[in-house]
Amino acid sequence: MAGPEPDKTRSGRFLLPLVSSLLAASGCTLQQYPQSSLSPHSDYAWDIQRLLEAQVIWVVIIFMGVLLATLFILVRFRARPGAPDPQHVHGHTGLEIAWTIAPAVILTLVAVPTVETIYKTQSTPPPGSLHVRVIGHQWWWEFQYPELGVVTGSELHVPIGRTVAVDIESADVLHSFWFPVIGGKRDAVPGRVNHIAFKADTTGTFPGQCAELCGVSHANMRMKLVVSTPAEFEAWVAAQKLGPMTPDSTSLAGKGRQLFMASACVACHTISGVSAGVIGPNLTHVGSRSSIAGALYDNTPELLGQWLNNPPGRKPGSLMPNLGLTQDQVAALVAYLTSLK
Amino acid sequence: MATTAAALDAGVKTESGVWSWITTVDHKRVGFLYGTTALIFFLIGGVEALAIRIQLMRPDNHFVSPDFYNQLFTMHATTMIFMAVMPLSASFFNFMIPLMIGARDVAFPRLNAFSYWVFLLGCVFMNLSFVMGGAPDAGWFGYSNLTSKQFSPGHGVDFWAIGLQILGIASLAAAFNFIVTIINMRAPGMRLMRMPVFVWMTLVTSFLIILAFPVITVALVFLLFDRFVGTHFFIPQAGADPLLWQHLFWLFGHPEVYILILPAMGIVSEVLPTFSRKPLFGYPVVVYSGIFIGFMGWGVWSHHMFSVGLGPLADSFFALSTMLIAIPTGVKIFNWLGTMWGGRLELKTAMLFAVGFIILFTMGGLSGFMHASPPADLQQTDTYFVVAHIHYVLFGGAIMGIFAGIYYWFPKMTGRVLDERLGQIHFWLQLVAMNLTFFPMHFVGLLGMPRRVYTYGANLGFNEMNFWSTIGALLLAPAILVFVYNILVTLRSGRPAGNDPWGGGTLEWAIPSPPPPYNFGTVPEIKSLDPLWHKESREAALVANQVRGHIHMPPNSHWPAVSALGMSMLLSGMLFGWYVGIPGVILMLFGFYNWAFEPCH
Repeated sequence: MAGPEPDKTRSGRFLLPLVSSLLAASGCTLQQYPQSSLSPHSDYAWDIQRLLEAQVIWVVIIFMGVLLATLFILVRFRARPGAPDPQHVHGHTGLEIAWTIAPAVILTLVAVPTVETIYKTQSTPPPGSLHVRVIGHQWWWEFQYPELGVVTGSELHVPIGRTVAVDIESADVLHSFWFPVIGGKRDAVPGRVNHIAFKADTTGTFPGQCAELCGVSHANMRMKLVVSTPAEFEAWVAAQKLGPMTPDSTSLAGKGRQLFMASACVACHTISGVSAGVIGPNLTHVGSRSSIAGALYDNTPELLGQWLNNPPGRKPGSLMPNLGLTQDQVAALVAYLTSLK
Repeated sequence: MATTAAALDAGVKTESGVWSWITTVDHKRVGFLYGTTALIFFLIGGVEALAIRIQLMRPDNHFVSPDFYNQLFTMHATTMIFMAVMPLSASFFNFMIPLMIGARDVAFPRLNAFSYWVFLLGCVFMNLSFVMGGAPDAGWFGYSNLTSKQFSPGHGVDFWAIGLQILGIASLAAAFNFIVTIINMRAPGMRLMRMPVFVWMTLVTSFLIILAFPVITVALVFLLFDRFVGTHFFIPQAGADPLLWQHLFWLFGHPEVYILILPAMGIVSEVLPTFSRKPLFGYPVVVYSGIFIGFMGWGVWSHHMFSVGLGPLADSFFALSTMLIAIPTGVKIFNWLGTMWGGRLELKTAMLFAVGFIILFTMGGLSGFMHASPPADLQQTDTYFVVAHIHYVLFGGAIMGIFAGIYYWFPKMTGRVLDERLGQIHFWLQLVAMNLTFFPMHFVGLLGMPRRVYTYGANLGFNEMNFWSTIGALLLAPAILVFVYNILVTLRSGRPAGNDPWGGGTLEWAIPSPPPPYNFGTVPEIKSLDPLWHKESREAALVANQVRGHIHMPPNSHWPAVSALGMSMLLSGMLFGWYVGIPGVILMLFGFYNWAFEPCH
């Protein structure tokens, strides 16, 4: 995984060693699971993790109890030749009361912190939070920063140590916004605005993806979370707020710009000052992103060219059609889009 | 054969031939039809599951197309729930309930045949979609607004919605039938608290069906109106809230979970005492906890919706109600262990499956307890963790329970005992394969793999666990084939069962295997919960085999099948056009009229 050090200050964790030891047989470590919900990197994710750990202890105890009791019974009371018919016991009131109360007590021990965590994780975010609008589309994620005037796609940038208040919406069908490292998922429901808030505690880049069936390319609706230091975040915001590059009209990129403006691209995509489409992602700074096509492919000229050549072939069901571009046209567009840093 | 001679004594003909099966109203034959059909669809659903697992065997695989993958998981779930597990339970209801309560048939034998034919036609209709432009692909839960005409322009969703309506009619007719049968047709002396637990669970399940299916029926009518007439029940652009569908669906869907599992719990409650040579521990508590689960099943539906943003109050309420339902479930498990404690355990195949049920269902219940807590659920919902959970509950639970029932009651149904050696091979192979398939899914889910994805990134660490899950699924196939082989071999040359191959205590073991068409020559008087296990009540029960004079049984009728065909044509006419629908109406009314005025002897 790219970057983040495991948090050494939080010791005595139960679940991570348990899972790692189970996976150790195959020579794996937790660092190999970048999308894991068991490696929390925000206050919200830690609240969930603590609850889960308490639950897992009970679950393991109860399961081992039932399993061992069953195995004991199978061995101890297995029919042996010549054994007498068993006594016809019909029940025992004391036992019934005991094994009704015991689970009730365990459930109470879990229910109380559960309700506490529900209210804590759904409370109003503190003033000064960074406000982000997340909009699910078939099949990519849009991120808007209303207070900063920044719009981007598939890559969510946030600073470390500051609460991020996320409003989650949908442009078409149900989606579910889920970065496991920052906490639980929340559905994007058409006609509603849902909320989560989190404060990231580790810098790095983390994968996430849509978690609600949303059509044929649901599996390809991925995204990235970039957690950076406040200074790096400010620098990123400043760069995103600049207008787009305008390449020299004689260059390949310049030809690409003319082609972009003259073709169907403008109907769906915004490039600030060039076009104003809102169906596809905003491309004003597409060259600054590390991935394309809903974080499905790395943003390299080669992969971008393959994408432009035949979007539905690279991402089934893609709303971006095959525009029938020639190889020269693709090269020009790649040069232009790559220049939009 | 003695049974045939007795049948002739009683003035009842045993018939054979295809026409006799189409026109049969004998609950045992209808039970056979249900069971055979359901096993075939169980195999079809299994093949769909295998295709899913092969696609996921490695990342970026191209075994099936993304679109077909969505059809596969939608139809796998729909098939297993509505065409395999429910009708397998219905097969036991049909065959065993009259035998266990001392009745000669169900209350409405022709309605019973009608249920089966509607069920069969519904299954066929829904699967026709595969060859008629594409199967349903929006998930078995069909969340709006993905199911709207705008986002699902093909006919898959129409097949799904109409098919579920047809299957719902079959379930409703059967459920009413069993409620009336159980309440009205018990043998003298069989008070409610002398009914076997399986009969109790059938009663609770039937009530759940008649209360739950109208809810999904209404939701599906809304959906069909949206798709065919252009209404806006679930269209957000017109101001509708797509969450309405989720509330209606899960208000049906959660009781449906208990519709699937309670019959298996009933079966296990019959099998464990028989092979422990000891009555069920805490019978009234097991019965009451089953009823309590049935009630509580109505107050937990939104735990399927913690991620939609219901707010902290609703989340807390549904978390607490869901945790509460764990108590009666735990109580049942403890009582089953109490039944085995101090017994003389005979580990026949049926018993192995019942014990396997206890362990695997406990595991499924405990992972369910983990996502009863909304914050934890928000990390787990819509991931493979939940796929693991439902398969431990429905495969480890419902299917293991049903296999226990098949090995237990097959001798009663056919007169032959399933081969014990093949049964043991089947059990152990299935146990190992099942855990290999589903246990890793807990971890791959917690490690971040969402459900319903046809592919996954190669760098997320999901590869190995998916590979082993697929190997497990490939091992499940031979396990099931051993079972099918066992059935075929046993039908041909199995060991004759006699009346009571296991030394069971309940009434069905008092009569021959297979039972004569009229079941009981004389309806016996019931004096205890397990009449065959007590000297006095045993004598009273064995009176059942004495034929005293003429027994009046309902005659065969083809009108239920005709009416079922008409009703299915009427509903499928919504999709196929008026030239199917209008003849369907006429055929259905014609069938009902003749059914109503048909002489009953």
